[in-house]
Amino acid sequence: MEKPILETPPTPPTPPEPPTPPTPQDLPTPTTQATAPTQNAAPTQASDAKEGMLSRRTVLKAGGALGALALAGGVCGGVLPRFFSTTPTAVADPEEKIVWNHCAINCPGRCSLKLHVKDDEIVQVETYAINDDDIDSVQPRACLRGRSYRAWVYDPNRINYPLKRAEGTKRGEGKFTQISWDEAIELVSSNLKRVISTYGNESVYINYATGVSATTGRTWPRLINILGGYLGYYGTYSTAEINWITPYIYGNSSAGSTINAANEAALILIFGSSPCETRQGGAVSNHDYVAMREKTKGKIYLIDYRHSDSMIGHSDTWLPINPGTDAALVSALAYELINTNLVDLDFLHTYCQGFDEESMPESAKGRNLSYKDYIMGTGYDRIAKTPQWAEPITGIPAGRIKELAREIGTTKPLFVLQGWGSQRRSNGELTAWSICMLPLLTGQIGLPGTNNGLREGSYAINLDSIPAGDNPVKTQISVFSMADAIDRGPEMTEKRDGVKNAERLKTGIKFVVNYAGNCITNQNSDINWVHDIMADDTKCEFVVGSDIVMCDSMKYCDVILPDIFRLEQESMIGTGGDAAYMIAGSRPYGPKYERKSAYEAITLVARAMGVEKDFTDGKTEADWIKSLYETTRSKDASLPTLETAREKGVFTRKNPKGCNIALEAYRKDPVENALTTQSGKIDIYSEKLAEYIAAHEFLPDDKVTAIPTYVPEWYGVETTTGQFPLALSGFHYRSRTHSSWGGVAWLKELNPQELWINKADAEPRGIISGDTVRVSNQFGVMELLARVTPRIVPGTVATSQGAWHDADMSGDRIDRGGNYNTLATHRPSPFAKGNAQHTNICQVEKLG
Amino acid sequence: MSIYGFYFDGTRCTACKTCVYACKDKNDLNLGFAYRRVFEYTGGDTTRDGAGAISSDCFTYSVSVSCNHCDNAVCIEVCPTAAMHRDPQTGLICVDSSVCIGCGYCALSCPYRAPKVDRAKGHSVKCDGCNDLIKDDKAPVCILACPTRALGFGKISELQAKGEQVNIAPLPEKDYTLPNMYIKPSKDARPVGTDNAFIANPLEVL
Repeated sequence: MEKPILETPPTPPTPPEPPTPPTPQDLPTPTTQATAPTQNAAPTQASDAKEGMLSRRTVLKAGGALGALALAGGVCGGVLPRFFSTTPTAVADPEEKIVWNHCAINCPGRCSLKLHVKDDEIVQVETYAINDDDIDSVQPRACLRGRSYRAWVYDPNRINYPLKRAEGTKRGEGKFTQISWDEAIELVSSNLKRVISTYGNESVYINYATGVSATTGRTWPRLINILGGYLGYYGTYSTAEINWITPYIYGNSSAGSTINAANEAALILIFGSSPCETRQGGAVSNHDYVAMREKTKGKIYLIDYRHSDSMIGHSDTWLPINPGTDAALVSALAYELINTNLVDLDFLHTYCQGFDEESMPESAKGRNLSYKDYIMGTGYDRIAKTPQWAEPITGIPAGRIKELAREIGTTKPLFVLQGWGSQRRSNGELTAWSICMLPLLTGQIGLPGTNNGLREGSYAINLDSIPAGDNPVKTQISVFSMADAIDRGPEMTEKRDGVKNAERLKTGIKFVVNYAGNCITNQNSDINWVHDIMADDTKCEFVVGSDIVMCDSMKYCDVILPDIFRLEQESMIGTGGDAAYMIAGSRPYGPKYERKSAYEAITLVARAMGVEKDFTDGKTEADWIKSLYETTRSKDASLPTLETAREKGVFTRKNPKGCNIALEAYRKDPVENALTTQSGKIDIYSEKLAEYIAAHEFLPDDKVTAIPTYVPEWYGVETTTGQFPLALSGFHYRSRTHSSWGGVAWLKELNPQELWINKADAEPRGIISGDTVRVSNQFGVMELLARVTPRIVPGTVATSQGAWHDADMSGDRIDRGGNYNTLATHRPSPFAKGNAQHTNICQVEKLG
Repeated sequence: MSIYGFYFDGTRCTACKTCVYACKDKNDLNLGFAYRRVFEYTGGDTTRDGAGAISSDCFTYSVSVSCNHCDNAVCIEVCPTAAMHRDPQTGLICVDSSVCIGCGYCALSCPYRAPKVDRAKGHSVKCDGCNDLIKDDKAPVCILACPTRALGFGKISELQAKGEQVNIAPLPEKDYTLPNMYIKPSKDARPVGTDNAFIANPLEVL
């Protein structure tokens, strides 16, 4: 590692007698320069701008070659041409106009973009900003990703024409032929008709995808519902486990407190969350967390296996823990709280069910099934969850656990929050529930300065979206089960595989719609396994994709419809964090090449299927935006008119209550405001879950309980092997939202794909920072750069999720993109049947 | 003399590099160039004992730096053609690309690594404090980009009231060039010359 580069004493000023240019062949000689300065003179604004535009157009031309590139078999990994001007930007150009729009990726910052547009090109991207450093003003400032939109909009990977999979090639090879829109629509509609008539509507699936958020952004469900419906999914790739378990705990009252509620807290515990990295914008958690940290008098602990960027400059907030063991820590804290009489028994008996024998439901009394029994060693496993028990599991010294328990039991208000990192694991459902135990044990719920233990809530402006209509097909699978349902659909049952609303699937998935998402492969688990299923077109017979760039999932499509960025269209979005905002986007220029908006493309499919009128309701997308907004406005008169909204671009609103506090109403009156759980209270023992467990089949090592317990992970710190001795986990990265922006060279340059590894694990392997390392396990192999750092606990390595998978799938299948989903199991979590992508073990070796 | 300077709040910066990209976008900087850099400075260790217990004295903080438009500007001093000059109106240090011969002395001399020779352009390039915007009474793009409001820009007298002249690792001793960068250091910040820590993100700074 290079030591303090900047501290190297600078070269002393050398008296410059005619200096010798370092590389004379590249530069004008000093003499020429001195005598003819005009040769190198800055161009005038006009010629300057012209050159800039020419250079940008060159890129568009290069991008336009995608069809031809594709024929040559190289749709991805093209060389990024110089798309930026080599001369400075002209400013205050009278021909330049400002167009407001918004980011539309699943962040959910969806921040403001102030586009400088000239001659139908974006020449600069700014954001909504007031000229001050006032941390209280609501400014949805775009992050580095938003500021990099030009590099993405003009990316050579953009899809410009309708494409179909090249004859004689398999899905996944990524070879395509340019076709006309007529042919594309004919292929999509005829296959859709054929599949529905052959296999029924249950064989049609709209894959989970999050690349577009806007009120008119997602209309495939509307079309397919009109055509008889499709196999639905439940859950999300972000929240599968936590959202599955939450209704058993809190019913439908699960919204968390806003982050600024912690301003009033005296102690703040945050599990598995890096608010500064996951939502980076100027009016979501990055800002909200920094503002809260500055204002609160509360001591903050971020409980994480990684010293995340949310701790930068504040390293004393890091409480390092082994990944996947949060529930063990909570159990030991609970033991200490109970043992030292620091639990709030009145609260537990009034507001909760199942803490102790006294508060168990009749059906479960007398069998030592309570939470207290589990913790104190009188429960089903007969193990007392002492700090000594937890120390080797969590890596936190027993003495430290005892101190922390005392702090938790004696410091109020206590604000406990978890991100979605702790739950994206094989024990995620029970871990998420366990974390909620800390505010419950201490009675720190529904009061100022508290939270319910779940993710922070938001104060948002919610806008109406194009209605999807009713899906006549009620059967659902878990969001993570697409590949299974393609591979072995009719074998999948309600009891074993989490099929909902039917005992089993009637058919496998035969037709997939993949719009603006990268979850076929890239964001899915066990990419090698998914590849084999998708490559076989006798299983899933047709895949239609639609996207703006040739991401990995697009390579598995039979037909690709070229989409337009939301920021290139009229668009509206409402969102928020501590404060709410809405952005009304206008179109900077018309469609380029043969790209069409998703709405327009789906309308063409609807026309071919004979249901255009039902689909559009006689409206263009612009008509929808207008009428939807009017509907919203009729419910919320404080919103500006559409014209004003577009002119101003950004509309912000502070929470009139100051902050949201989770379960405030329930705390005030638990009878009047009873929860929708089975007991009407907060369930620490869930009778409903006990019934669910009894009625379902689980794998032998899936330990399932009706109370929150710690379960060692399948592939975790307690289950590493000699062959795979390290745990492997993932985190969100500054330069990507999941895989969005993953192909943008401009961002990749300063945001390298690295494996974080502690010195204790790197040194024995001879690894130093900057080395290329190979990471492997039973599912796959990836290569990336090493970053040796004390910012990760020994025994665990981690990398940022969402890197673009880059492997020769007909060759060695080594993923040189560093996408750790290559190494993630496709085994679903026990309850939610969700992705447990943080649960992996591996070996790491230095390459060459 | 300089009139304006930058302000950096180390307690607010989360090292996201939005400032870097806002600048790159405004200035049309291709791969290989960035006028602003965000250093991650890391020290300490995180270890595990024989019983499996983890302990850590790890610290990490970030510093976002561009050109500090120093009072004692060595880049101006070493420039053989006077291309590196102070704008008489704003005091910001700029490159006159019509005079610059791209010799690279400025790049070699600057302890903050602010100037760089762009071979394709044939001259030095660096942060000019968004001189064009300042003349137009606007703020530099990096300042208005920061999602957590960690950056500021203003008259030096105002900055002096807000913070202290930058003198933390991994930057050089302030007395060398008298940088016009004022900061509020984070709790983790270490003095210049700290020798038990390192720049942890060499691949992220140009």
